[in-house]
Amino acid sequence: MTRTRMLPNRRHLLAGAAAALAAPSLVRAQAQALKIAVVLPRSGYLAPAGQSCYRGAVIAPKVLSDYGYKVELTHIDCESNADVARTQTERAIDAGAQAIVGAFDSASTLAMAQVCEPRKVPLVVNIGAAPQLTEQGYQYLVRNFPTGGMLVTNGLRLINDVLAATKFDAKTAVFLHANDTFGTAQRAAMDKLFPTAGLPFQLLDSIAYDPKAQDLSVEVTKVRALNPDLLLVVTRATDAIKLVRDMVRQRFEPKGIISPGSPGLYDEEFYQALGPLSDYAIYNIPWSNPKAQMTQALEAAFKPANPNFRFPVECFNVGFTFEALLVAAAAFKKAGSADGTELMKAIRETNITDHVMIGPAIKFDAKGQNVGIPSAAVQNRDRTPTVTLPAEVATAAPVLPMPGWQNRS
Amino acid sequence: MTFAIVLNVLAEGVLTGLVYGLMALGLSVIFGVVRVVNFAHGEFTVIAMYATFVLFQYFRLDPLVILLPLAAAFFVIGYALQVAIINPFVGRAEHEQFILLVGLAIIIVNTLLMIFGPDARPVLLPYAFDSYAVGPLIVDKPRVLSAFAALVLAAALFGFFRFTRTGTAIRACADNLVGAAVVGLNVKRLYAFTFGLGMACVGAAGALLVAIADASPSLASTYTLLAFIIVIVGGLGSMAGALLGGVLIGVSEALAGFFFLPSMKSMFSFALLIVVLVLRPRGLLGRRA
Repeated sequence: MTRTRMLPNRRHLLAGAAAALAAPSLVRAQAQALKIAVVLPRSGYLAPAGQSCYRGAVIAPKVLSDYGYKVELTHIDCESNADVARTQTERAIDAGAQAIVGAFDSASTLAMAQVCEPRKVPLVVNIGAAPQLTEQGYQYLVRNFPTGGMLVTNGLRLINDVLAATKFDAKTAVFLHANDTFGTAQRAAMDKLFPTAGLPFQLLDSIAYDPKAQDLSVEVTKVRALNPDLLLVVTRATDAIKLVRDMVRQRFEPKGIISPGSPGLYDEEFYQALGPLSDYAIYNIPWSNPKAQMTQALEAAFKPANPNFRFPVECFNVGFTFEALLVAAAAFKKAGSADGTELMKAIRETNITDHVMIGPAIKFDAKGQNVGIPSAAVQNRDRTPTVTLPAEVATAAPVLPMPGWQNRS
Repeated sequence: MTFAIVLNVLAEGVLTGLVYGLMALGLSVIFGVVRVVNFAHGEFTVIAMYATFVLFQYFRLDPLVILLPLAAAFFVIGYALQVAIINPFVGRAEHEQFILLVGLAIIIVNTLLMIFGPDARPVLLPYAFDSYAVGPLIVDKPRVLSAFAALVLAAALFGFFRFTRTGTAIRACADNLVGAAVVGLNVKRLYAFTFGLGMACVGAAGALLVAIADASPSLASTYTLLAFIIVIVGGLGSMAGALLGGVLIGVSEALAGFFFLPSMKSMFSFALLIVVLVLRPRGLLGRRA
């Protein structure tokens, strides 16, 4: 029996050399998709909004691909906990994430920024309004979302517009807000901006509450004692349900519930838990532009992927999460590299005119903030968010005072 | 601010406090007789809340309907737990009991997290938005029903200890363990029975608490701490003290939330605890050691 010895010959050497030469192009091909870790609070007390953002992230790769952008996503749940957000971001970067998108909650996003900065990995904030995110000098962070101050400025102006449009003569208001990072930032913005906002009513009190509290009965009793015409709220998610539930139980009927810029009042859980009691709440926040081509493409991808959810309800969370991914993907395409420094340079030079949310082109200032995001006055009507102002994008007129709890159908 | 509003706040505090009191009653009963501090008390309460959630979600059973069956189930769990795990630790050092029950608490919380996740699970009762109006007083129906049920159950427990032979035997064990053993009482069985009764209180309180709060694993440590504060304020081992402590804590939290900052409610419970510990270390209705 003879044994064939596998000695290298010229053909083998040539094949080996060809493979060696081809290898870099293969590596380049793999690097054509940007690896993004999407960190969101998909469980915990922020879960309703986190899940909504997640639904936007899941459909994003296909829509982005249609626009010529390639991304590869890893989805991470930070459990509505800043410590978890920090450690999970660290792990995601160790596992090869080249950019991070997240995290709906300002406290978690701040924790993530502290990880991304020394690792030189770009962090694109999808939603998170605390001013300090873009005020602490982070070089690897940009935010395509208004600051608390921007939200409140736009929100207060729109309250004035709503009062003018409805000819409702509100005399008094109480401001009730969550005492977390976001809520406290909103309170600071209110304290600073309300006195000069020129609103026709008196602000009787500002009351902080724990968004994780078991119930809000004492808080509602306190508001009821002041008996304001308007209740201005900064809620999160489940606390908005508890708030309305306790108002109905205590038969306290404000003439209007208006958020100068916060989540909670437009989550699907809010509609499901409260039914007609969820109607007529107004929230002045950035909203999607139904006339934009990219919004239509996003909605077309959203419907089959999420048959149990409505795009008009989810478009805020879905839209901003998609846009954060768009910013990272467009920068990657422009930079042609996933290197953190080069990618971040391209992100800072972003100029995207065709996008989902209302407003001008997405651009960032020197601090990494997109300062051009406007708000719309959106009111719940028949359990659907309905744009009521500004008039050029409105689909219905605002209603104030809102009907009593017992007069809802 | 009117008197009616303050009256409403007081009523809310009393009603919530009665349910808290029933939960703390379980801790007090167990400690008063078995002399073991149940550091997994809040965790068992949260298990009962989840059981109520599951039974409501899948079988549409009202918490008030499943109250007694759940209490009975928790009695069996408590009895078995005492016989199988707690009893060997009864005579041992307190730190060993502490480690055992804290370990049990950690296992329970993590098991709940694995099964249900960290999200709060609400029980959306059909009467969740209903309230009663009596003159200027407006109180919500779920809270009134829960408080009333807690009061009835507490009265039944008092009656059991006062008027039944087993209840008298358990009190004998609590008063004089050696004497009880000398006259032929089966102390181990009575200990297990007592632990079962304490756990039955927990089961019932858990079913009632879903009307006030959404079930969540993160509530477990809060409830353990709350039960401790209540029984220490009321007097460790005193059944009436537990109810009184519950009402005092409920009222102090409600009033503090109303007159000061709602987000600082819990701080006042601890302040009350410190005041009681300084002025009356054995608690309001506690007996001298």
